[in-house]
Amino acid sequence: MSAMRDRFMRVTGALLDERPDLAVVLADIGYGYFQDAGVVARHPRRVLNVGIREQLLVGFAAGLAMEGIRPIVHSYAPFLVERPFEQVKLGFGHQGLGAVFVSVGASYDAAAAGRTHQAPEDVALMSTLPGWHVHVPGHPDEVEAILRSAAGGRRLDYIRLAESVNPEAVPYSSSLTPIRRGSARGVTVIAAGPSLAPVLEATADLDATVLYASTVRPFDADGLRRLLGAPEVVLVEPYLAGTSSAEISAALADSPHRLLALGVARREHRHYGSRQEHDRAHGLDAAGIRRSVTDFLALAA
Amino acid sequence: MSYEDVPALVTLMTGDEKHGGAAESTLDVLWVLYDRVLRVDPDAPDDPDRDRFLLSKGHGPMAYYAVLAARGFVPLDALPTFGRYDSILGQHPDRALVPGVELSSGSLGHGLPIALGLAAGLDLEGRAGPRVFCLIGDAELDEGSNHEAIALAGRLGLSRLTVCVMDNRSATHGWPGGIDERFRLEGWTAATIDGRDHDAIEAAFSTDHRGRPHVVVAEVERKG
Repeated sequence: MSAMRDRFMRVTGALLDERPDLAVVLADIGYGYFQDAGVVARHPRRVLNVGIREQLLVGFAAGLAMEGIRPIVHSYAPFLVERPFEQVKLGFGHQGLGAVFVSVGASYDAAAAGRTHQAPEDVALMSTLPGWHVHVPGHPDEVEAILRSAAGGRRLDYIRLAESVNPEAVPYSSSLTPIRRGSARGVTVIAAGPSLAPVLEATADLDATVLYASTVRPFDADGLRRLLGAPEVVLVEPYLAGTSSAEISAALADSPHRLLALGVARREHRHYGSRQEHDRAHGLDAAGIRRSVTDFLALAA
Repeated sequence: MSYEDVPALVTLMTGDEKHGGAAESTLDVLWVLYDRVLRVDPDAPDDPDRDRFLLSKGHGPMAYYAVLAARGFVPLDALPTFGRYDSILGQHPDRALVPGVELSSGSLGHGLPIALGLAAGLDLEGRAGPRVFCLIGDAELDEGSNHEAIALAGRLGLSRLTVCVMDNRSATHGWPGGIDERFRLEGWTAATIDGRDHDAIEAAFSTDHRGRPHVVVAEVERKG
């Protein structure tokens, strides 16, 4: 099990011990863990497994939320976001209800499983819906902080767990966090979640301001304007390329800038293998990011 | 107001005539539910011990609005504003706008899964009293999400849940063997009644079905 998912499941078990208003809703995926960890035995009525029925998974959770229960809804990203997307849209935002959605299987974490188990579009999809707070933590410590914050609230939170982990956690903030400061003549790189590690490696010897986001919706537009180091902006997201381009363009509407958006390409990528191989194929490993950034800056020179 | 007043209230709402049949088919069941069955109070619409009624089949809500108005939930003067920009009454109901409406509906196949969660939530809260009613259409049953819910409700034995299927035989491919049998196979109790017979409607919704969810198939005239 990935470090982020392991932390999610351990913290969720603890939260159920602490908070009687929480319930976990599953569609088989993840139920075995909660059984093995003794969570089902401790809370048999609050770990609810609807079976492999993802539309019901989301609708059922909405019904719980109507009664004031805070549902933590968990599954693989394609089955949590894409398959029941209308249920997400109408069951929660339209009804005025809150929930915590937690996905695993980020982008091509399930590389060998193929396209059916990959959803690099999830953040873009969730971003089309009003009211959702979208989190892309880069470290298990961030997962715990975000999950505890989300569980204690009443709003709509989507937490995207990934296999890739940054070596160090960044203290949780819903705002952009400056990691490294460069000059106005260099480049501003915005790294989302697990992209931070390859971004820092790729730009180690460059004049770069590096900003980090573990919460990408709402996007911290004020923070970007305040922290912008250079008007040459590179956005690195470990999901569909350009997912946050419009947010950045809107944030910098009054500020001349150029934007390069790196991420997972919008194409049917018919390869298996490992996520590291897919990182290379999409130019999201450190070498690929460096190549894209230097080419982008060379164009400006 | 009495049942005889309701058809006139329906006629105050214009602009959604294509769903007039849908409104007409539900009228008697809705009236009996709100007049004789549901424990709801327009002066306490958020009472945590109230019964919950979810109109999943949100098409043609004119009968629903008329009954809610007759029972004091919706202001009578809102009815002629139906469908207008600033009206609280749209062609599909919105729980944020309409007093007494528990579910924003319209897209088919959403209400029953939510009703299951609502019933389970009431169980978790330890509220013994409230019952959950969900009205769907026979054509709406074509949506696969309903069958996910029908199966699970039977397994969970959600005895506070009652579903009403309005059967105007509009499902494209019909339900060979009967709608009630589809539910019974999953462990529900079931009754098929004349959806215009008020005493039969009341009796069907008052059945003791402890330990199992219950479905009432209310047959009315064929659509069209």
